[in-house]
Amino acid sequence: MDGTEQRVNKSEEVWRQLATVVDPELDESVTDMKFISRVDVDASDCVHIDFRLPTYWCAANFAFLMADDMRTALRTLPWVKDTNIVLGEHMYADKINHGVANGLSFQATFGDEADGNLDDVRRTFLVKAFQRRQEALIKHLMSNEASAEDISTLTMGELETHSAAANGEGQKLIVRYKERRAVVGPYSHETLAFVTTGGQPLEPGSLPGYMLALRRVRANAEFNGALCRGLLEARFDTTTPLVKKNGHVCHPRPVAVES
Amino acid sequence: MYKTASGEEIFVIDGHTHFWDGSPANQKNIHGKQFIDCFYAYHSGLSPKEEVWPKEKFEKYDAQTMYDDLFVRGYDDMAILQPTYLGDFYHNGFNTTERNYAMKKSHPDRFILNGAFDPRDGTKGLEHLHEQVEKYQIKGVKLYTAEWKGESKGYKLSDKDCYKFLEAAEKLGIKNIHVHKGPTIIPLNKDAFDVGDVDDVATSFQGLNFIVEHCGLPRLDDFCWIATQETNVFGGLAVALPFIHSRPGYFAHVISELLFWLGEDKLLYGSDYGIWTPKWIIDKFMAFELPDDVAKETGVSLNLQAKKKILGLNAARLYGIDIEAQKKKLWTGAVAEAA
Repeated sequence: MDGTEQRVNKSEEVWRQLATVVDPELDESVTDMKFISRVDVDASDCVHIDFRLPTYWCAANFAFLMADDMRTALRTLPWVKDTNIVLGEHMYADKINHGVANGLSFQATFGDEADGNLDDVRRTFLVKAFQRRQEALIKHLMSNEASAEDISTLTMGELETHSAAANGEGQKLIVRYKERRAVVGPYSHETLAFVTTGGQPLEPGSLPGYMLALRRVRANAEFNGALCRGLLEARFDTTTPLVKKNGHVCHPRPVAVES
Repeated sequence: MYKTASGEEIFVIDGHTHFWDGSPANQKNIHGKQFIDCFYAYHSGLSPKEEVWPKEKFEKYDAQTMYDDLFVRGYDDMAILQPTYLGDFYHNGFNTTERNYAMKKSHPDRFILNGAFDPRDGTKGLEHLHEQVEKYQIKGVKLYTAEWKGESKGYKLSDKDCYKFLEAAEKLGIKNIHVHKGPTIIPLNKDAFDVGDVDDVATSFQGLNFIVEHCGLPRLDDFCWIATQETNVFGGLAVALPFIHSRPGYFAHVISELLFWLGEDKLLYGSDYGIWTPKWIIDKFMAFELPDDVAKETGVSLNLQAKKKILGLNAARLYGIDIEAQKKKLWTGAVAEAA
């Protein structure tokens, strides 16, 4: 394998890792959302990522989370020596780029503008992602003849069995749900598949009302996803091929911009 | 006025319009440029292609263009002017009460003039609020909680200072508080779009109406829950409505959620002019029918009665507009104009 080919493979690995990073608010991958505008692996195995968001004003905390999650995801690749992740065209770009480049915490990155870490807000949106994925799966199962009784008694193990027999769409929904099931509590094969955000079992009789509340979360998330895609497309060229394969040395660290 | 196929005439009040100056000459800094650019992305991203304006026109349009777009080409009978000051981004402000007042003065029967306050302005801000009531007879206020001001990057309605302003507004006879939640609330570790503060003030100020612009989007889910519990919380449909063209499926879901949780008496049409124009939005809204599966899911209906309320009756109720009297003034005049 020559150097170019190796770099191509490495780029592909980088894309795969980036695909695991989600916009916490939208519960969609940053690659699916077309936030990534550049992936480069240079001769020193430093990975250069440029990304952009639908607006200059997108929430700073989520922008930081995505950049930081990208850094973490990339550093799990054993060959990665360094990362250079640059957010462009954003109100807090300088601060976020500086913080992520230097491995600073959210609090250290934003100083007085924050009064704690992001655990709470991250959890809020993980719970919403759980709700949205649960709604999609329950709806799918019920359209395939599952009763309210079935839904409320199904175990994670049975869901697994179900997955083997399900079609592509069903399997995808099950995989996605399982990814977020632990948000509301640890589970085993015997644990109920569907529980409330508080980890409580669902009552078959109150399932319709329960689904109404979840539907609200889904409608909001879908709308926001569509809005963000539209705004990103209005703002940037999202069709140009992204991967540049010519290696070059690592950029110097962004200059500190703390005021 | 919108005339249905069967000849019924519907009175239209546009709940959300602007007369802004976002031109480069008025931009103070990069944020001013990015602000109008962001609006332009909403405009060009969600409008039908043939309705997209050149950037220059969008940055600054004149009073006649606005009048024509709303009342001559568009179906609006009346429109509420909502200011957005942005003094840190624009030399003369983006869209101030003063600027809107000129529009109101030229067409007093067409426009309802709203003002604004910013709780971070302290005593001066309170004085400015009084001044707006005395000088311009404002009927409501529009608050933009994400406005940058010096070191501050936004405020919450539940801030102590904001309470003082809401108390003052109520004493001055202002009933309608339009709220636009934005993205830069400090501390940054909290959800920037959180609508919880609406719940707080709606409970504390039962005599005021809170019209949440964009229905709390991107927190429609939380907003619906709050609005269900508070009798004085309403939803402004700007931003949600234009989806009727580009993504009608998503619009169907959003409007059915709003009808289910808030109901047809608590929703207000708004074009958000100049981001969008009334003509195409109302044409599409009147032609829109909820798909069967969505209607079945929520059990709601978007019938003619609901549409009439959304397009004008609800705003008339909130602002004490005598529709029959206005029809006499405006529709007779319009006939004379056309003749």
